Amino acid sequence: MESRKSIKTFAKRGGIALAAATLSLSASIAQAADTIKVGVLHSLSGTMAISETTLKDTVLMLVEEQNKKGGVLGKKLEPVVVDPASNWPLFAEKTKELLEKEKVDVIFGCWTSVSRKSVLPVIEELNGLLFYPVQYEGEESSKNVFYTGAAPNQQAIPAVDYLMSKDGGSVKRWVLAGTDYVYPRTTNKILEAYLKSKGVKSSDIMINYTPFGHSDWQTIVSDIKKFGSQGKKTAVVSTINGDANVPFYKELANQGISAGDIPVVAFSVGEEELSGFDTAPLVGHLAAWNYFMSAPSDANDAFIDKWLEFIGDKKRVTNDPMEATYIGFKMWVKAVEKAGTTDVDKVHDAIIGISVPNLTGGIATMLPNHHLTKPVLIGEIQDNGQFDIVWQTDGAVPGDAWTDFLPESAKLEADWKDPKIMCGNYNTETKKCSGQNY
Amino acid sequence: MDNAMTLPRYIFRSALIVLLAMAALAQADMATDSVVQGAQIESADSAIEASAEMSVEEVFAELIAARSTSAKTDTIQKIANSDFPQAQTVLQALQEGELYYTKAKPPVLVFAVNHPDGYSISSALNGEDLGVVGLRDVRKVSINNALRNLLRGLLAEMALRSESVDVRLQAAKNLIRSPAEEYLPAIEKAIANETSDKVLVSLRLAEGMININSDEQTKRLAAIEAFSDTLDSDVMSLLAGMQIQDADGNYQESDEVVRLAAAEVLRDMKAQAQLYKIVENTFFGLSLGSVLLLTAVGLAITFGVMGVINMAHGEMMMLGAYTTYVIQLIMPNYIDYSIIVAIPAAFLVSGLVGIIIERGIIRHLYGRPLETLLATFGVSLILQQAVRSIFSPLNKSVTAPSWLSGSWEINGALSLTYNRLYIIVFSLVVLALLLFVLKKTFVGLQMRAVTQNRAMANSMGIRTGWVDALTFGLGSGIAGIAGVALSQLTNVGPNLGQSYIIDSFMVVVFGGVGNLFGTFFAAMSLGVANKFLEPFAGAVLAKIFVLVFIILFIQWRPRGLFALKGRFVED
Amino acid sequence: MSKFDDVFKQSLIGRLLQSDRAGTWLLGALLALAVLVPFFNLVIPADSFLHLPTYLVVLMGKYLCYALLALALDLIWGYCGILSLGHGAFFALGGYAMGMHLMRQIGDRGVYGNAELPDFMVFLNWTELPWYWYGFDNFFFAMFMVALVPAALAFVFGWLAFRSRVTGVYLSIITQAMTYALLLAFFRNDMGFGGNNGLTDFKDILGFSLQSDGTRNVLFVLSALSVAGAYVLCRAIVSSKYGRVLVAIRDAESRTRFMGYRVEHFKLFVFVVSAMLAGIAGALYVPQVGIINPGEFSPVNSIEIVIWVAVGGRGTLFGAVIGAIVVNYAKTYFTGAFPEVWLFMLGALFVISTLYLPKGIVGVVNQYRERLAVKNSANKPQELSS
Repeated sequence: MESRKSIKTFAKRGGIALAAATLSLSASIAQAADTIKVGVLHSLSGTMAISETTLKDTVLMLVEEQNKKGGVLGKKLEPVVVDPASNWPLFAEKTKELLEKEKVDVIFGCWTSVSRKSVLPVIEELNGLLFYPVQYEGEESSKNVFYTGAAPNQQAIPAVDYLMSKDGGSVKRWVLAGTDYVYPRTTNKILEAYLKSKGVKSSDIMINYTPFGHSDWQTIVSDIKKFGSQGKKTAVVSTINGDANVPFYKELANQGISAGDIPVVAFSVGEEELSGFDTAPLVGHLAAWNYFMSAPSDANDAFIDKWLEFIGDKKRVTNDPMEATYIGFKMWVKAVEKAGTTDVDKVHDAIIGISVPNLTGGIATMLPNHHLTKPVLIGEIQDNGQFDIVWQTDGAVPGDAWTDFLPESAKLEADWKDPKIMCGNYNTETKKCSGQNY
Repeated sequence: MDNAMTLPRYIFRSALIVLLAMAALAQADMATDSVVQGAQIESADSAIEASAEMSVEEVFAELIAARSTSAKTDTIQKIANSDFPQAQTVLQALQEGELYYTKAKPPVLVFAVNHPDGYSISSALNGEDLGVVGLRDVRKVSINNALRNLLRGLLAEMALRSESVDVRLQAAKNLIRSPAEEYLPAIEKAIANETSDKVLVSLRLAEGMININSDEQTKRLAAIEAFSDTLDSDVMSLLAGMQIQDADGNYQESDEVVRLAAAEVLRDMKAQAQLYKIVENTFFGLSLGSVLLLTAVGLAITFGVMGVINMAHGEMMMLGAYTTYVIQLIMPNYIDYSIIVAIPAAFLVSGLVGIIIERGIIRHLYGRPLETLLATFGVSLILQQAVRSIFSPLNKSVTAPSWLSGSWEINGALSLTYNRLYIIVFSLVVLALLLFVLKKTFVGLQMRAVTQNRAMANSMGIRTGWVDALTFGLGSGIAGIAGVALSQLTNVGPNLGQSYIIDSFMVVVFGGVGNLFGTFFAAMSLGVANKFLEPFAGAVLAKIFVLVFIILFIQWRPRGLFALKGRFVED
Repeated sequence: MSKFDDVFKQSLIGRLLQSDRAGTWLLGALLALAVLVPFFNLVIPADSFLHLPTYLVVLMGKYLCYALLALALDLIWGYCGILSLGHGAFFALGGYAMGMHLMRQIGDRGVYGNAELPDFMVFLNWTELPWYWYGFDNFFFAMFMVALVPAALAFVFGWLAFRSRVTGVYLSIITQAMTYALLLAFFRNDMGFGGNNGLTDFKDILGFSLQSDGTRNVLFVLSALSVAGAYVLCRAIVSSKYGRVLVAIRDAESRTRFMGYRVEHFKLFVFVVSAMLAGIAGALYVPQVGIINPGEFSPVNSIEIVIWVAVGGRGTLFGAVIGAIVVNYAKTYFTGAFPEVWLFMLGALFVISTLYLPKGIVGVVNQYRERLAVKNSANKPQELSS
């Protein structure tokens, strides 16, 4: 009896299990609605939640504000928030979900480079639209991504220029300290090449990498102190990431290194990070960004007021990636209105060349390489957790997707407007684009 | 620190009001005394001339209006060289970022002190209290690092005349770091009058730092002579700078005699510094070890003694750190004492949460250690998210009390940071207390009895359930205390626990589960090993080596450094 | 028909499954999925209600890779008592081996157009390919490495640990140390594995584009078949005489040793097999999610694997598969539907399942069935239980 049944049961059980699975899955496919969907892809848990949650709130605030004005093209915007939980493969999965299941028209999201790299193939395949609001190492220009944060030439190089100037203290000796991942690696490579081109000797450059979340800085800070006492004015260029900064600055202060002796200029420390610091011992250390909350402009005051009201906490701050999100959002709205549709290809064509006022009083323009023009500001940390702007570039610096200071990258060029190029990595020597999936 | 200084400063400012009346009478004797240093400040001459004619109000208005560094330098020089009675206070406030101006027309220069509703301001001119204003009603007179260095020198020169030895010592030290020829007369005068040896040594160094740039060779050699007893890093930097060769092989220092003398002093300094480096490394290692000890010792109880694989241990530390933050919020005016209050508070908070977890969850899982891993992992996720929901996912800033900041400078080459020193002491105290509780008290006896033989203990009349809860609470409470210490070293945020949990497990296992001495030796040896590897291998490789070492060590001694002996080992 | 039935019954699989009703369910479902998913995705037109979107195919493929990984862990934990808190390491190593092959397949289609070096090496100014990247352009070599690298690590690690009789929590903690050390090592950019960004931007596999629906369905089918195959393999191991010894080791290691069995050999063998399965799971996972990075080595990931097995039901094999799918589906659902509070739910799921479902989901089902069986006073053979 058993034998007769076995194959039948085998098939029957499989069939039932499958039917159940298929039903439950197809039920979860959403139906279309008469709104424009805006995907928000920022980690709300895990290690990156600390930075990314704010950007989620920023997008929600901008959407709410736009809806009060009547939405876009007469339709309301509908935010779709998901949590990729600081898990890089999950970023790709959630992007698929946003594009295929939710059918969003645009995504604002990502913070770390690896999350963007994870999302990139998906967004290119499904022809989505991603606005990426964080400063990054460059070396990328995708048709489907708009980079509203700074490229290295909009942050690192001007900061070094400032420190080399008389106002910045005529620095001659450099410590390039960073967390061991791609942004510091690339930025430091670029800076090293740049410093050497300015006549700095290799013996005057110290490069140091530490793991994520490094918490014991005693040895390294003591080394920096020693490196700084060799008779030349020394500065630290810090690409140390998030969580490792607090113990780093605490150790600096405790070992008695003040900003007057060895200034530290950071590229990843903004107002939000400072709110987790005891800033009193850090006064005078520097940061380079394209936006500071202390920027004196009416647009900025209005933005801050709106943010404080939206978030309902008077002590919250604004920061550079928030401004980048703001610019990206405004540009997208303008482009959709110009194109008259949310169709990705049409929006893409419309957005290049669009200008919106930034929050520091200038104008941001979307370049054909999908990067922005941005002013570069140097701020000194104040004891109230704000930055005091001590220097800024004359006018805006155009973002450069491919740096000129790395041999392989200098050959490349991105142009998404010129019909002869239409490519993110056009090789000016071989006149070819490689590795495009479209 | 702020609060300690407010009162004397207030008295000082009040005195200034009286003095203001006499201001016009005094004449610019200081200004004529000072030697103008043309190279550093281009237009200092004109500044002094002007200040003789300009009134206080005019100079202040100029300070507010100044935008560029050089304009500000001019005005600061004017104030410093003036006979304005409020000069020192104003420069002090400027240095400390407490000098603001109002948005009124014309703007008024004010001192601003943080106040819950914004700033409490008082006039820089006469100290008159102007009430409280909002955060954005006043603007700061901003300065940069170049100006900060200038102010440091100017203020130090003024402070040399102070009554207090400490103030004079600090001033002399600041002058070493901001040498300028114009301070020389003041320094020489101070040397003549100085009674304290300590101050005298620093003053001589400061004098040397200025004289080394003199035109006369004898003065320069004398300066180098004065450097031979110190290990000060600025001095070392200066001497090393002389030895630098340019592209053509020419030394930075053109005078061969001076250079060689400097080289000799430098060689001695370096040899000594080398020696101190080893002492310093050992200290770094011990301090890392004591952090490991603090984070692991609680786990040594919950995991080591009770056998619960407590994945929520890190979150107990996180709770302790957040308790420190909350205590500081509650008592913002007593930051120096808040940490003392935070220690028992954190113990109670984490301990209570521990007891709740034990009673609610772990109680049902005894004898199934691996299940406790899963349940406590779930608890850790919940606690993390709870903190995110309550305190926002952002890091919180915990202010370091003044007695925990700074360092104990033994000499120029060796200084031990206070927070690390205290943490070493603190971790030892915690360990000692814990040992005392476990070995010498009745509760400790019961705890050991229950963990060694539950059934027997029960039949002897010990309420095992109650003892379990207490033991788990004790372990968690100690984790909370570790959190207080961590709040002084690192971020206070939802991820705090995650970054220490693995290290804690390594320490406990390496030391031998169930043995507190083992935990102590494991923590200290891992800390020191890490720090001696780091200079050669770098931070990441050093850590990898230590992990591989632990893996291999466990092969050699599968029960850790100090294995428990006896029948109950083989379970 | 009945003749075929007999053949089936007498075949190895048939014999294995005869007393394993849940196993038949599982294999049936896997095979049915392998047939029907491509059908609903490729054959049914996209605008039909019954069409299965591609992202769901990829998502299910990912779940199946996790299921395979959970199966590997259940083999050693459920049947031999080896609780590895570092199984994610084997998974990641397999994934890296696959990722390296896919990286080499990009060839000169990288952004810098360098035929020899992957992009991340080009912009960090590497001039030549490190030696350990040699051979990975060959598919079969890479596939060999997918199994060999995790197996070799497991062999060395296991040989050291089991010979020295490192057991229980000590073993768990040093496996955790192992994966943590690998995490730190792979984060280093100097290692030549792309550092934190890992390996990404893959183009195709064996000439088939990874973006195409066809390739995806093939990968899905392969995943389903691998899980089925691995299930049969694990079932074969645990129901053999050898498997009995494993269970004996789990329940009383010292006694088994005293009876003359070389405990460490048994443990080592099963540990290596498990690591290979984990490696294969990683290799199937990478082309489907499109990225491998050191995050996979994170100790938390390894703990999660243990949780899948525990939620599903330890020592049942099919429980591991069910647990992996249920927990990951919950994660997918919660992160989308309740992005702000999903960790509460996930945490609660773990706590509640350990408190109230000590034998996992499978245990609950069994309990229910047993009660039903008693009620019907039927005389069916007992389900296999841990």
